[in-house]
Amino acid sequence: MSTATTARQKPAGAPAKKSKLTWPVVLLLIAGALLLFAAVGAATGNHGLTASGQVSAALGSAVPIAMAGLGGLWSERAGVVNIGLEGMMVAGTFCGAWVGYLVNPWVGLLAGMAGGALGGLLHALVTVTFGVDHIVSGVGINLLIPGICAYVNRIYYKDYVAAGAGANQSPSAESLPQITIPGLSTGLRDIENHHWFLVSDVAGILGGLVTNLSVVIVIAAALLVASYFVLWRTVFGLRLRSCGENPTAAESLGVNVYKYKYIAVIASGAFAGLAGAYLSLVAAHFYKDGMTQGRGFIGLAAMIFGNWMPGGLAMGAGLFGFTDSLQLRDADNVHVLLLIVAIAMFLLGLWQLYRRKFTTATISAAVGGGVALWYALTDSVQRPLIVATPYVITLVVLALASQRLRPPKADGQIYRKGQAK
Amino acid sequence: MTSPKPAAKRSLAGRFDAERILLGLAAPVLAVLLSAVICIILLAISGKDPFGAFQVMWDYGTASDGQVLTLNRATVYYIAAAAAAFGFRMNLFNIGVEGQYKLGMMFAAYVGSQVDLPSFIQIPLLLVTAMMVGGLWASIAGLLKVYRGVSEVISTIMLNAIATAIVGLLLVPGIFAPKTGGGSSNAIQTAPVSESSHFFSIETAGGTLWGFLFLAIAIGVAFQFTLNRTRFGFDLRATGRSESAAKASGVNVKRMVITAMAVSGALAGLIGLPDLLQNSYYFGQSVQPGLGFIGISVALLGRNSPIGIAFSALLFAFLDVAGSRLPLRGDYPQEIVLVMQGTIVICVVVAYELVRRYGLKRQQQKVGAELAAQAAAAKKEVSA
Repeated sequence: MSTATTARQKPAGAPAKKSKLTWPVVLLLIAGALLLFAAVGAATGNHGLTASGQVSAALGSAVPIAMAGLGGLWSERAGVVNIGLEGMMVAGTFCGAWVGYLVNPWVGLLAGMAGGALGGLLHALVTVTFGVDHIVSGVGINLLIPGICAYVNRIYYKDYVAAGAGANQSPSAESLPQITIPGLSTGLRDIENHHWFLVSDVAGILGGLVTNLSVVIVIAAALLVASYFVLWRTVFGLRLRSCGENPTAAESLGVNVYKYKYIAVIASGAFAGLAGAYLSLVAAHFYKDGMTQGRGFIGLAAMIFGNWMPGGLAMGAGLFGFTDSLQLRDADNVHVLLLIVAIAMFLLGLWQLYRRKFTTATISAAVGGGVALWYALTDSVQRPLIVATPYVITLVVLALASQRLRPPKADGQIYRKGQAK
Repeated sequence: MTSPKPAAKRSLAGRFDAERILLGLAAPVLAVLLSAVICIILLAISGKDPFGAFQVMWDYGTASDGQVLTLNRATVYYIAAAAAAFGFRMNLFNIGVEGQYKLGMMFAAYVGSQVDLPSFIQIPLLLVTAMMVGGLWASIAGLLKVYRGVSEVISTIMLNAIATAIVGLLLVPGIFAPKTGGGSSNAIQTAPVSESSHFFSIETAGGTLWGFLFLAIAIGVAFQFTLNRTRFGFDLRATGRSESAAKASGVNVKRMVITAMAVSGALAGLIGLPDLLQNSYYFGQSVQPGLGFIGISVALLGRNSPIGIAFSALLFAFLDVAGSRLPLRGDYPQEIVLVMQGTIVICVVVAYELVRRYGLKRQQQKVGAELAAQAAAAKKEVSA
């Protein structure tokens, strides 16, 4: 995350600010959120939300979304909308699992990226060279790549039934290493199990970060940070972004716009491929038809949620990953989350009151009251509601913040060389 | 197959010259040929006899039962494509067809199972229910776009996921599904719709032809009429071409966006009804998913024109229906059909672009030649 992250709302509904979030403010908000989680955990006796298992599950769910979103970020910063991320992810899951089984999972990871990059190349060819509408091309890719993968596996997996392949499932690959910091992990687990106020919650979160952490998660985090530096701190990145803002001006300054767009879209495909390979090599050990489950689209949403910035993208992916992991875990945790949301809405209301925004303050308080009532009257939250939460939140955030979101200026526009306006 | 054809000939021949028709047909033909070549290569690489596969598909496609199935499926695809195309005509990318049709179908199934009126009231009631639900759901995206500037692409993707959640929330025993588990299977589904909801169908030698085919044709005719013969259609196309120009000529763009989105959603609501009122009679988890995305592909292939999408719906339906025979006759994977559909969609957009450039170049050459001839003539006059 960077200081350049523009004004954003905290997922749980913490105070929204007009000014830029600076490091101290971010840290304060994180501390406040921690305190809230700890207090609710102590009051209800349910520490599930800050348990290390929950944290690592959320992290695991966030990674494919973040990588798909990063793919979208690269492509859209160069001015090419990439709806085909989903198809490129499928290429990643397929190539990753397949090569992961045939050779080894490390090569599988690279193969997944290569498969996604091929999808990106196709998208670049269609959109940049032939100048076809970006969304049309993306829809075609989403149709074509899963088709090819399903076709190939129908033919070849038959020969590998003995190795555990099924009609639409690849044989399983070996697992990639996981990182557990020995002393730290068990120590933190001890502290977590004591359920001390705040201390145990922090220990739970930290424990989730150092126990059974897949190397791919570390790689993904590194790629996210590296992308920020490459795109915002190098000449290459400046030129790439200029293609998404004003390609004609970039061309007049001697930037080979086609070349940069090609690089960006191929990189975009590679990131989406990595997201797919994570699903088929880390989250599961095999490829299955339809295992991406629309995560490419969610990645795109996370990127828009994050205002086309890596830091915001990471936050959006975290939010989606957190709620995505909630559905797999104890329903009680989600019920406790209602209380947290209610308190956060009340706090937001107070903050608005302090800023003399009486209408929004009333709305926040009313929403908080409603959620609190919901918490009091029910014992659990229905699963479909949990699944829908991130989408609803994204819609609400987009509706509230869209005027502040700023996509690259020439995003989605068809650019032809030498056609200055 | 036969009904949209004469209309196509009349309207095209009346307005365009032969060369433009040829150029217009070149792109889809080129795309289908190219995707056939790609599939032949793919089949050959994987050690299958490509021409045998085409033979199997062709045999089934020309048999009467295959044709009836193709027409039935094309009916569904046509409605789906019309829903997507209506938005496209105004540059609105309604990816939410998927969620809209699921919700519309579910509510229609529920109403159909609860209410039992005479057919002539019951069937319109169900159609209107589905259209209302689909239209309302789509208009959320329209409202968000107009008042909050949220791209409809992203909001409809979110709405698709939320629609799935709503289906999961409502389709439980005690709410939309009967309490005692309907039918022999333990899949959760609504109770069957009442007898009076059943739409008429035609028994043919090849099987039951769905009466919805005529509704689909009616939708096509209404679509064509609205676009080309009404003020609304003109405004719609004008807004799609250039928003600022439309605004300047007095079109209320905001209202157009919301209306177009709602109409697109209302059409989307109808997608599930042929299946509901003629085939399965209930809504459950076994409902075919992905119709929304197929509709988008079919609409793109048919260039968003009511006649074009009739042909592309028939093509996609033929590929699907004939493809289902592939595993039965000669051990070909059915998935080759998906590859074919995907390549057709990509090839056709590329082909259209190439044909457009070629046409532009020819036009330039023509004009250039005429100008040169004029200049030469003028020179002659001067010198004479």
